[in-house]
Amino acid sequence: MTKKIYTKEEWIKALAGLKSSYNIFVPVKEEGFHTFKALDEKKSPDFDFQNTRLSPKSLVYPQSERLFEYTLDENAPDANIIKESEKGYFPQAIVGIRPCDAHAFQIVKPNFDNPEYQDPWWIKRFESTTFVGLGCNDPSSTCFCTSVGGSPFSEKGLDALLYDLGDTFLVKALTDKGEKFLNQAQGGKEADETTLKAGEDLAASASDKIEHKISTDKLKDKVQTELFDAPFWDDVAFACINCGTCTYLCPTCWCFDIQDEVLEKQGDRIRNWDSCMFPLFTLHGSGHNPRAKKVQRVRQRFMHKLKYYVDKYNNGVQCSGCGRCVRNCPVNIDIREICELMNGFLHKNQ
Amino acid sequence: MERLLKNPYLPYPVRIDKIITETEDRNLKTFRFVFLNPKDEKKFSYIPGQFAELSIAGKGESPIGIASSPTEKGHVTFTVNKVGLVTTHLHNMKEGDVMGIRGPLGNCYPWKEMEGKNVVIIGGGFAFTTLRSSIVYMLNPENRSRFKDISVVYGARNPGMLLYKDELAEWEQRDDIHMHITVDGTDDPDWKYNTGFVPTITEQKITSADDAIAIVCGPPIMIKFTQPVLEKVGFSPERIILSLEMRMKCGIGMCGRCNIGHEFVCKDGPVFSLAQLKNMPPEY
Repeated sequence: MTKKIYTKEEWIKALAGLKSSYNIFVPVKEEGFHTFKALDEKKSPDFDFQNTRLSPKSLVYPQSERLFEYTLDENAPDANIIKESEKGYFPQAIVGIRPCDAHAFQIVKPNFDNPEYQDPWWIKRFESTTFVGLGCNDPSSTCFCTSVGGSPFSEKGLDALLYDLGDTFLVKALTDKGEKFLNQAQGGKEADETTLKAGEDLAASASDKIEHKISTDKLKDKVQTELFDAPFWDDVAFACINCGTCTYLCPTCWCFDIQDEVLEKQGDRIRNWDSCMFPLFTLHGSGHNPRAKKVQRVRQRFMHKLKYYVDKYNNGVQCSGCGRCVRNCPVNIDIREICELMNGFLHKNQ
Repeated sequence: MERLLKNPYLPYPVRIDKIITETEDRNLKTFRFVFLNPKDEKKFSYIPGQFAELSIAGKGESPIGIASSPTEKGHVTFTVNKVGLVTTHLHNMKEGDVMGIRGPLGNCYPWKEMEGKNVVIIGGGFAFTTLRSSIVYMLNPENRSRFKDISVVYGARNPGMLLYKDELAEWEQRDDIHMHITVDGTDDPDWKYNTGFVPTITEQKITSADDAIAIVCGPPIMIKFTQPVLEKVGFSPERIILSLEMRMKCGIGMCGRCNIGHEFVCKDGPVFSLAQLKNMPPEY
């Protein structure tokens, strides 16, 4: 696999040269926050960031997406017949994605791509995406990837990985997709042994910087119904205002709604991100609501991530340790503390 | 290499072939659909107990149990209670109108386990739809010998609220099915069937659990009071089968709203045994 070294200027130039083969998304600083944007001459990428405020999940799974369209014009021969919207899936690359966010796509995958059903839009966009990660030299105090199967330089779910060595980037291809991407990138030179060693040392020291460790080892063995009835849920939910920020920022939250929108005689069926924090999410037509109370919704969010997902997919917890929900919760609810409560919960017979 | 993906969200176009108003309050109507593309009928191959999304352009989708039996060829039927945006719009549609059906979705009643056994069917109100599908399926000459005795307890608030009245009368005449129709109350002096709530009539009529499986569908209050009656007769939780309802969107286990614990009602259900439900959080 290709291993190259670029000066930072060369790397940005190389990315610009790839624009005919890929839609390139890079971190850009806007109004004080980093966010992934299409590479553009007017706004240069900024790889000096801890993480973007929003995860890049919308690049594979848009927050709002047209699925189908139709005409309601009774004179049209195809009136009221729902048809798939035409879409292109031009190759795209997310350059500078943090390893936790790339891992998150692997966590989400079994929801949209499983033996029973395949979500065509998620899968096509996921498969047309090349994930070029950027290892984390200085993880944040809210990061806990090493507790949930990741690390600051984890290669999980990545096609290539960048190491920020100060003035230069070391970039390693990890998959055929990544190899193809780097082979088309102009410039750079082959990485020598000293550079590779520097990359390894950087990765090792970064892992040590993550101080916060949580335990998830006992979640699988818990009895679902007993954990559901655990005495701590009222306390956990007490401060929550059900704003849904955690679910929108979370790279592993995937819940959605489907709505029809009509303008005159033309209609679209649209998918929008939804949130388990909202009471309407589960409200029956009859008026009955299985999760009418705040505590039920808060419990659902944590039970889903840390117990139901664990039981259903045998793929670890539904969390990549990015820490966005911890950083941005307006009432300081911390998933790490709740995970400890759940993991340490004692059953009736214990 | 690009994978060939079938789109599970794309409804089959159908035409409303017939609309029957079922109940005296006109809140329940049965819609018979014919597929616009005849080959879609084969693709929509279903088993009693499954449901589908009724899909209306401009309005949305509503998950409804399939009321017809796979033995009834050429069409598929659904009995729909008028509740929200989609079902209200549907109630105002007319024969000949075009819409969509997406499915079949969900699991089905445990037909393999029911084979060779006595089958007890208990239904209340408008939840009788997939039970009708099951009865028609079992009474089909090709299937009848695969099951032993078939007993049915079906109740509604009053005679005018019973679904499928003509078929009920027809089944009453047959000797290969034991019908116990009941109403909560009636002032009709000619009412010739039972009067009383479903759990009470179940207690009177279902006296043996030997080699039997019970399927129970109805409002939560009916299920709550029927359950102990069945357990008293000797039905173990494994042999009490329930079909649940939840708010749904995708119908394929992806949109995240219909879960009970780690099970999705749309994909892993809607049919669960009482034994399964006892191991799931009581959040439904």
